[in-house]
Amino acid sequence: MRINVLIIGGGVSGASIAYHLAKKGIKDIVVVDKSYFTAGATGRCGAGVRQQWATKTNCILAKRSIEFFEKAKEILEYDKDLEFKQEGYLILATTPEEQEQFQKNVQLQNECGIPSRYITKEEALAIVPHLNPDAFLSATFCPTDGHLNPFKMTEAYVLAAKKLGVEFRFFEEVKEIITENHQVTQVITTKATYEVNQVVNAAGGYSREIGLMAHVDIPVYSENHEILATEPTEKMQGPMVMSFSKNIYCQQVPHGSFLMGRSDPDVEKNHNTESTWKFLDEMAKTATHILPALGKLRVVRQWGGLYNMSPDRQPILGAVEELSNFFIACGFSGHGFMFAPITGEVVSDIMCNHPTSIDISELSIQRFKYQTDFHVEKSVV
Amino acid sequence: MDKSKIILCRCEDITLDDVHRLLDEGYTTFEDMKRLLRVGMGPCQATTCGHLIQWQIANYLNQPMEEIKIQKVRPLTTGVTLNQIVEGIKHED
Repeated sequence: MRINVLIIGGGVSGASIAYHLAKKGIKDIVVVDKSYFTAGATGRCGAGVRQQWATKTNCILAKRSIEFFEKAKEILEYDKDLEFKQEGYLILATTPEEQEQFQKNVQLQNECGIPSRYITKEEALAIVPHLNPDAFLSATFCPTDGHLNPFKMTEAYVLAAKKLGVEFRFFEEVKEIITENHQVTQVITTKATYEVNQVVNAAGGYSREIGLMAHVDIPVYSENHEILATEPTEKMQGPMVMSFSKNIYCQQVPHGSFLMGRSDPDVEKNHNTESTWKFLDEMAKTATHILPALGKLRVVRQWGGLYNMSPDRQPILGAVEELSNFFIACGFSGHGFMFAPITGEVVSDIMCNHPTSIDISELSIQRFKYQTDFHVEKSVV
Repeated sequence: MDKSKIILCRCEDITLDDVHRLLDEGYTTFEDMKRLLRVGMGPCQATTCGHLIQWQIANYLNQPMEEIKIQKVRPLTTGVTLNQIVEGIKHED
């Protein structure tokens, strides 16, 4: 089948890229996904959207994305509720080193136009009164960070893209990518063979494997990150509470449940997404230490999802050297959902040879070829 | 019978009408419905709505019920408080 653009991966990044391409007038776009709607990392994420980062690039990507989320329902003409809530992220500093670093982070964020501020313990307790005052020293707070429903956000992109003529095909897995003279010519899936002009690799946890099919070596790997959900309860916490040093993020979503997640420093690099006892134990200990009032809540469910990790924990977006018509959007390192709007905009601009609205030199895969000393994002759980 | 008054999912108050609407929108797997309606995300983990929705999907697609996949079963089997988990760890030590 002859098509124009094939996007591999129907998660929020692939859907956003499809929407932005179609909006630019590109026709004959097909999105394939090997499983059901939001089966991958998008549907397994913690549903937080934040702008408090420690690298300038991530700050800019996040701010531009939040600006889109604020108007997403209207722009995409979505009928349902996106459950967008801007009640902030409260990031706890628990060591003198973090206090020092967070003051620098806030300065950088403010320079990027992000309204975060460095606050005292007392100010933090006024925002989240049930915090354990002995668990932290001070905090940073950004009131425009928050929560967004990943399923609804993705559906909003999918429906808007469909209205512009994009076709989505779920349960269709890419098996082979044929290249010739530095170009992808064909993509063979479990259901069809596509003759393509351009291909996008937005395959999330499997983007390295898709890259290898096209003989493109993308320096990413995947690892399992787990989350649990509690029973819903009366509203008691506005912002996401997060600590890098204590390894936790915890937010009450509009539905009333608390979602909380943490990283396992010993996790293996693979595609496993199973749930573990170890996570449940460590999460319960950390959550009840920082937020003791949550101890009375029942855990209803736990699950895992893949972070696709890049060497500097910043996304890899755009063209590759080896192939003139193969583009990538991966390596989001756990933050693909919250960057989806800018991902779609930037990748579609690059594919259409339009000037990009932000400097993308720090996002290109080339940065790993010529540089060994990266500016690594440390504000990651 | 009024489909909007027939509850299929008691955890999230999801009706037969909600499920039929999603089927008409093209969502024909339990996993799709779970993500858009929250069926199976509640405390009962789809032990009530699972087979009811499976039946609706089978009817809609005109396929045998046994060919319709239900949701992935996730831990925990029953609700346990965070405090109980922390207490349990102490006893293990």
